[in-house]
Amino acid sequence: MSKIFDTPLYPYARSADQDAPVPVRHPVVIVGAGPVGLVLAIDLAMHDVPVVVLDDNDKVSFGSRAICFAKRQLEILDRLGVGADLVAKGVTWNRGKVFAGEDQIFDFNLLPEAGHKHPAFINIQQYTVEAELVARLRTLEAAGKPVHIRGNSRVIAVDPQPDHVGVTVDTPEEPYQIAADWLVACDGARSPLRAMMGLDFTGRVFEDNFLIADVRMQADFPTERWFWFDPPFNPGQSALLHKQPDDIWRIDLQLGWDIDKEVEKAPERVIPRLKAMLGPEVAFELEWVSIYTFQCMRMERFRHGRMLFAGDSAHQVSPFGARGANSGIQDADNLAWKLRLVLEGAAPEALIDSYDSERVQAAEENILNSTRATDFITPKSAASRVFRDAVLDLARDHAFARPLVNSGRLSQPTWYDGSGLNGPDDPTLPALTRPGAPAVDAPLPGGWLLDRLGGDFALLAIGRPAPEVVGTRPVEILASPEVQSRYLNTHLSALYLIRPDQHIAARWTDAAPATIAIALDRAKGGLG
Amino acid sequence: MTLTSDPNLADPDATYAALIAAHDGLTEAESAALNARLVLVLMNHIGDATVLRAALEVAHGSGAGASGGDI
Repeated sequence: MSKIFDTPLYPYARSADQDAPVPVRHPVVIVGAGPVGLVLAIDLAMHDVPVVVLDDNDKVSFGSRAICFAKRQLEILDRLGVGADLVAKGVTWNRGKVFAGEDQIFDFNLLPEAGHKHPAFINIQQYTVEAELVARLRTLEAAGKPVHIRGNSRVIAVDPQPDHVGVTVDTPEEPYQIAADWLVACDGARSPLRAMMGLDFTGRVFEDNFLIADVRMQADFPTERWFWFDPPFNPGQSALLHKQPDDIWRIDLQLGWDIDKEVEKAPERVIPRLKAMLGPEVAFELEWVSIYTFQCMRMERFRHGRMLFAGDSAHQVSPFGARGANSGIQDADNLAWKLRLVLEGAAPEALIDSYDSERVQAAEENILNSTRATDFITPKSAASRVFRDAVLDLARDHAFARPLVNSGRLSQPTWYDGSGLNGPDDPTLPALTRPGAPAVDAPLPGGWLLDRLGGDFALLAIGRPAPEVVGTRPVEILASPEVQSRYLNTHLSALYLIRPDQHIAARWTDAAPATIAIALDRAKGGLG
Repeated sequence: MTLTSDPNLADPDATYAALIAAHDGLTEAESAALNARLVLVLMNHIGDATVLRAALEVAHGSGAGASGGDI
């Protein structure tokens, strides 16, 4: 049986563009059909923005790769129509354990609070997510939405112009040209488009190697994230165990810097390492093995004229904390509505600059967190190792040391504090839902708050009617206990202006429609 | 006064990173000397002899086990 990543999902087919006398112009062209490019394409297509996706192959990505998808990303995927399927297929987890040497030093729960539709995390293979997204895109296409994915169509040249980008596409037949009002590079950490443009990508490379092994086994480990510092089966290094669907387990073993990658990747080296970890009695099969090094890097700017960079092409982090694919999906979520409004003429082009500022802020936060985790997991100096070991030592018996143990700070959405799109705040309302924050889910009679918000500007009126403001959709709800604590504090009512990406733009305990209209204009990149 | 055994840092990651960064580029001897000065500064700040004695016990590994639980 051929595996999913051997199956062509969108094989090359000749496009009418190839026979056009002049290059056909498209509003949005996305390069790369990974999770980020597909999420962006689906969001645009659902809102009737014509979009072409170019991919240099015709399959999902090889190997499980990104496996942890966080709550905020599940909310985004849910809005796009694939959340429920993915949660059903994935392995839900909220808890983790940290070990040092032979001892468990503590456990944690990432979602201690009830009243959210989605769990803290699911584990699911990146290729399954991509296959679901491709299927969703195909469904939209079949329903007449303006979205097309072109397989085996590799961009070999770009020609940036003030109001568009010329794109040369190589195919199994001859190359051809198209033009894009906006070209979005979702083409991964080694981004060929970034290289073609000669753009910078700077940061830190970490001198370490990690072995990733996906193994198929029947095991009764609980569905939790387990992380080891200096375990007996990998002395002086770290290890990570995660459950995936279909009896597949992800094992990450730190190997150190001075190794021969080809030798270490060989099954005769990998299998004894895994036996030492799992015990001699556990039968397993190797599904996928890879050795990776990593880096924390980003481009200085994510917008270059009419070219935009999203996901790993724009920023790369170490894997500890699951901030790679998760942050890329948030990039797409942030960008889709801005491109749509600008293309519709409903917002000035300057709105696109806020994609750059907000997502650079997010990348900085992700790089900071993943760098700190990496420095803790693999100390870079003797002093750093002494402190790390002291923290682990104390953490066994002393609660105070546990917040210092850093095995990865797991992906959280970025709060766009200080964004130019943010409008008025009322600081007597909860800090959790201040302007810039992602709207926090809450149960409502018969459903969930985020489902009611949808993907357009919403005017959330809690405990009161919503005033009529052109360009907003009223969402009127009553104050349940969750809504009270997450949105009201001690107030009886409030108004929240919420962006299409479900981040809060402004909020008031009371406001005149004209005041809300000014905040709406500001959230669309106007001067407010 | 008793020794605080609950987490007490507002931003543990940032505080820890600042501590490690203070050692950047130092030799082992310089690091040890920095740590000694730091302990003396903090000791003076704490002042309370009972608290310091309890802290020494924790550092020696003979402190009473703090309550477990999630963080």
